[in-house]
Order: sequence, then C-alpha cells, then structure tokens
Amino acid sequence: MKDEPSPIQTNEVGLDKLKPALTSLGTPPEPPVRARRGNTIHTTSELAIGEGDVYSNEAEIEAVAGKSLWRDAWRRLRRNRLAVFGMVFLLVIACASLVGPLIIKATTGYTHDYIPSEASLIKSFPPFTDTDGSFSWKHPMGTDTTGRDILARVLFGGRVSLTVGIISTIVSLIIGVSYGATAGYLDGRTDDVMMRIVDVLYAIPYMMVVIVLLAMFSGQTPHGRLLLLFLALGAVSWLTMARIVRGQVLSLKNQEFILAARATGVSPTKIIFRHLVPNALSPVIVYATLTVPQVMLQEAFLSFLGFGVQAPLTSWGSLAFEGIQNMAIFPWQLIFPSVTMALTLLSLNFLGDGLRDALDPQMRRG
Amino acid sequence: MSFAEGVAPEATSTQATPGITEPNGEPLLSIRNLEVHFDLGGATVWDKVTRASLGRASRRVVKAVDGVSLDIHPGETVGLVGESGCGKSTLGRALLRLTEPTGGQVLFKNRDLAQLTAREMRRVRRHLQMIFQDPYSSLNPRMTVGRIIGEPVKTFDLAGSRAEVEARVCELMETVGLSPRFIKRYPHEFSGGQQQRIGIARALALNPDFIVADEPISALDISIQAQIMNLMQRLQREKNLTYLFISHDLRAVRHIADRVAVMYLGRLVEVADARVIYAEPLMPYTKALISAVPVPDPEVEAVRRRIILEGDVPSPVNSPSGCPFHTRCPYAIQVCSEIVPLLAEIKPNHFAACIRISAEHPDIDTVEPGRAPGLQNTVRVTG
Repeated sequence: MKDEPSPIQTNEVGLDKLKPALTSLGTPPEPPVRARRGNTIHTTSELAIGEGDVYSNEAEIEAVAGKSLWRDAWRRLRRNRLAVFGMVFLLVIACASLVGPLIIKATTGYTHDYIPSEASLIKSFPPFTDTDGSFSWKHPMGTDTTGRDILARVLFGGRVSLTVGIISTIVSLIIGVSYGATAGYLDGRTDDVMMRIVDVLYAIPYMMVVIVLLAMFSGQTPHGRLLLLFLALGAVSWLTMARIVRGQVLSLKNQEFILAARATGVSPTKIIFRHLVPNALSPVIVYATLTVPQVMLQEAFLSFLGFGVQAPLTSWGSLAFEGIQNMAIFPWQLIFPSVTMALTLLSLNFLGDGLRDALDPQMRRG
Repeated sequence: MSFAEGVAPEATSTQATPGITEPNGEPLLSIRNLEVHFDLGGATVWDKVTRASLGRASRRVVKAVDGVSLDIHPGETVGLVGESGCGKSTLGRALLRLTEPTGGQVLFKNRDLAQLTAREMRRVRRHLQMIFQDPYSSLNPRMTVGRIIGEPVKTFDLAGSRAEVEARVCELMETVGLSPRFIKRYPHEFSGGQQQRIGIARALALNPDFIVADEPISALDISIQAQIMNLMQRLQREKNLTYLFISHDLRAVRHIADRVAVMYLGRLVEVADARVIYAEPLMPYTKALISAVPVPDPEVEAVRRRIILEGDVPSPVNSPSGCPFHTRCPYAIQVCSEIVPLLAEIKPNHFAACIRISAEHPDIDTVEPGRAPGLQNTVRVTG
C-alpha cells in the first residue's frame, strides 16, 4: 500500500510534494490523509488533524478475529515443554485408569479385587513372570501377596486417587470462590469477620480434623467413607482458595473497567459474573491445578495411616501402604504404585507451573 | 476540625455559585455544596478504644471534596484543574455516584442524583457517562471490543436484536475513528490511543448529555493526546455534549475548555472563563499554577517568571484551618489561617476564593499589605 500511488485523489493539492523524501529513519512517513470507511473514502478535511491514522494502513477489509487472553495463554502453555509433558502424561494416566481395568478384565480376567481361587496362584509373582517362572505378559507389574494383579490395582487405584483429587478440588473451589468473592465484594466489616474466621481455621491442624472426622464415621461402607474423604479434604483446602479469590476481587474492584461497568448501569450481579469472575479466574485455575496433587498426597497419607481408602477399594496411597510391608521381599508391590503416583504428581505440578507462567498477569499485555 | 464543620451551612447561604450569570437557560448540572468525606476512623476497635480513652477526636476524615458548588451549562466544557490529590477525580466520580457523596446535591434535570436509589440511579446513568484515565484498565481484558461497546446498549435495551446491537457498535466505532473490522478484537491488541477511543465509544453508546472525562489524555503520548482532544471536540459539536474535563495538564485544558475551575484540597478556589483565567488569574494559587506552564517559545520561556510554591500539598486528613492554601501562599496574612474564604464574583463570571481580593480590589499585588478587602464575603470561624 505504501509503495503504489493511491488512485484516490485528495482535495489537497501537491500533498505528495509535502512528503519528505526520506526521514532520518530512512522511510517516508505515511501521512494520515485518507481514511476508508466501507466504500467511502474520507480525506483530511473531513477529519480533524491526526484522526485518520487508524485507517491509514488498512489493506484488508474483512473483520479480524482477535486473540483472547485465554487463547494467548493456551499458546504460551503449548510452548512450555514440561507442561505439555504433564498434560500428555495426565491424559494417558486418566485414560488408562478409565479403560485399563476393563481391558485387563477382558484379557486376563483379573480385576482389582479378584483373588484367584487356585492355591498355587495366591502368591506374589514378580513382573512379567508366569506361574512356572517363564516370561509372560499376564502380569506386567506382578501380583501382590494374595495373587491380585498389581497393574489392575494400580489403574483402579488411579481412578480413586484422581477422583479424590479432582472432587476435593472442586469442593474447595466452590467453597473458596464463593466465600472469597463474597468477602471481597462486600468489603468492610463483613470482610473482616469472614477473613478472621479463615484465619482461625488456618490455625487448626486440619490433618487432625480430617483424621477425627474419618475415625468418627469409621462404621460407614467403603464408598461412604470415600465420599466423606472427598468432603473432608475439600473442606480443609478451601482456605487458601478463599484468600486468593478475595485478594483478586479486591484488586479488581478498584479497576476502572469495573467503575465503567457501574457507570454504564450494569447491575451488581452482572458485574460479578461478567467482569469480576472471568478476570479473577487465572490464579484460581493455577491454584486449583496445584491443589489436586496436594489433595492426592493427603489422601495417600491418610490411606497410608489406614484412615483413608479401605479394601476392597484401593488407591495409590493404600497400595503403597500394602507394598511397604513386603518391601524387602516383593519390591514391585511398592515400586509400581509409588512411581505411578510420583509421576502423576510431578505432571500435575509441571502443568500447574506451566499454567502459572502462561496466565501470569505481568505477561497479559504482551 | 469542629469549626470547619460549623462553617459549612453558613457557607451555602453566602457563597456565590459559579455559573454563567447572563441568562443562558437552565444549567444542565448543578452541583451544590457537594461533599465527599472518607472516614478513616474506626479502622480497628483498638483505635477507637484508645482514642476514646484519651479523649481525642474519635474519627479522622479525609475531605476529598469539601463543599463544591458549580453550574455546568449544556454544550460547554468545564475544565477542572488542580494538583494530584486535590480531589478532582473524586469530584468527577461523585457526580456519577461512582463514589458516594456524603453531603450536598447534584441536580440533574431537577432531580438530586445524590438522593436517588441505586435502581433509579442506574436508569439515570444513561445520561451521564465517564471517560477514564487509564485506557487499558478501563476496558475488561476478557471481553471483545464489540462486547465492551455493546454492553451498555444491551443493558438499556437500546437495540432489539443481536444484529442491531452489532450495527450500533459498528456505527459507534466509526464515530470515534476505529474500523469496525476490529470488532472481534480484544483491548490488549490496540494502542493506547485506540483503547481510549474504545472507551469513548462505550461512553457514547447511550447518547449521554454529560460526560465526565477523568484525565482522558494523561496516559497518552503527546501526539495521541491531540487526536483524542480533537475527537472529543468533534463529538461535542456533533452530539451537543457537555464535558467536565478533569486534567492536571493546563495546556490541554486551555485548548479544550470553555470555563476552568481550579481545585485545591477539595475546594474550588477559582472559576472563570478559560481565556480570562489564563490571561489574568486572580487567586495566588491559580497564578502559581499558570506560571508553571512552559511556553513553547524559547525567548518568552527564558524570561518567564515562575512562582515557585514552597512545601507540599497539606494532607487532606488534617487540612489547614482557614484558607486551605495559606500554608503555601506568598500573600498569606494572619487572618487567612482563621477564615475560610468562599467563592465570590470578583469580576463578571470570574469567581475566586481569597479574602485578600474583592470586586473593588481585584489585583492582589496592588492590595496593601495586611489588608483583606474580601473579608466581608466570608464568615469568621474563630474568635
């Protein structure tokens, strides 16, 4: 556009002559003389000085879709190798946990709680070993002391562990976001009281509370206890979430776009959900991603102590607990569940860090 | 503190309200003795306990806006100038109830905006809009330009269908000099000047009568400043807008404003026609302020005499007794620290709040030392 002479003549005579041949920077500046709106060409005289610049270098007319900040963040996340590794690994683990037990059941007949009836099979085989000691694909991770397939148990344990992590995080997300947003939005005395309650709760050794809770309801069915575990873990991990959300809402509340929304008559509910929440979301997402491994670790810890998931259900924590008893003789009973869990936690942390980098507010303008 | 509060009601009765005195129709907006006080007291219970037990004043109050009266007429641009922290922005926000005023009235179309309920106020907001200082932070980074400009249109149901909203948004974008093809873009993809145009388009979306422009150009490059001011002037002509143009840039205000109001520590100290106030300021503070503007002519600039004010703006928490400016005023006399000067019409349509000048003796330099001819316009607050 710069090179070829424009076919549209302006009112001003000799305007091209006024153009300096070369500036100190070596390129002739494009004078803001013409503006195109649809099919009309406007010239300088119609626009005040300098107003036309927005149009001056328009080549294409079709609408340009912008890049939202979410898409920008997604692009940055994809460039982060560790985060991509984390995502892929998590996806693999999640899929394997979902369909893996079904496949094993279809091919070998083993499930997480299938104990072979034959007495010769009720012993711990090393990985890839058949009953006669030859190589076999039957138990890639071996079997445990009662002859159960460890791979099936690890994958099933993955279901439980991941579900605990995700559901508890969702519980903490719901409580934390609503509590924190309310405190931040109401401000003043209400905020003071609400946040002091959080401070007090922080001071309580929450692991003890969870243990007491789980001990109190020890008579429940395994699934009932699992539900209780979700709730208990979620209920203690919302405190930091509430603080993060409150801080976000407080800083956003004084941003001019919130004032602008109020000035244009937007109702308070719409301000919260259309303006405040989407902008407070990025640290929340990051924190939630980092809460999942935290909760999974706590679940493992509780299961390890015997308070968490109990037989016939299993989780990575309780598998490790079982494995550690026979660590010296049957190391594969400990190694496989703990390595799987460690890799998953690592992946979640990589993903969380990657998300933090991608959603970092300081890079927003970039 | 207590006597300053005592003077307020009397002030209303004697103070002249700066507006245009000639019959020029009804003012669009009448600000009457507007106050915005922020209560700092009661931060903690402990504070209250200790203060009460020591018998000190129980609250600390920031008087961001302290008894401002001003008439703004349809179609005019009133420039509001003053140092940082003098309450300019707070005044602008209080007019639109973005900050709640704690006293006084804002009369718009014979209704006191300060008394409206939140629901009523939301309906009136159609007529009163605002342009913000930071063009980026005034736009929701998660929304496209189309949604940002379209939001007020949808809120007030000004367009029926989605297509009509979009047509209206395109029209607004063209009005402010943005290409409608950017409608799906996000604010961070624009330059500062373009972002400010988006902000202006949003303000125009409701066809308002009155726009508070809160330092709309101070975050922009100087060349972009000119563009935005030209745009604002063109829009004013085309849409018969009324502006309150808040700025600390005196040259910008001279360019755009019809009348100028000078603010100091929450009070208006001088109000006059823009040409008049730059040529012959009356109040010592205005003189100092105007003398600080550089002149783009090296010869004039070389001999230009600057009035250097000593000291900082006093904290609005413990604002000085009497005239708020007396601590820094080269003309201050003893009485100045005892009396709160009120705006008086020194010359036709030229109001100033200074006891050392009066209609008979408008030039402070020729007033005899120690005399205060403007004293009869004010109320004695001590003794």
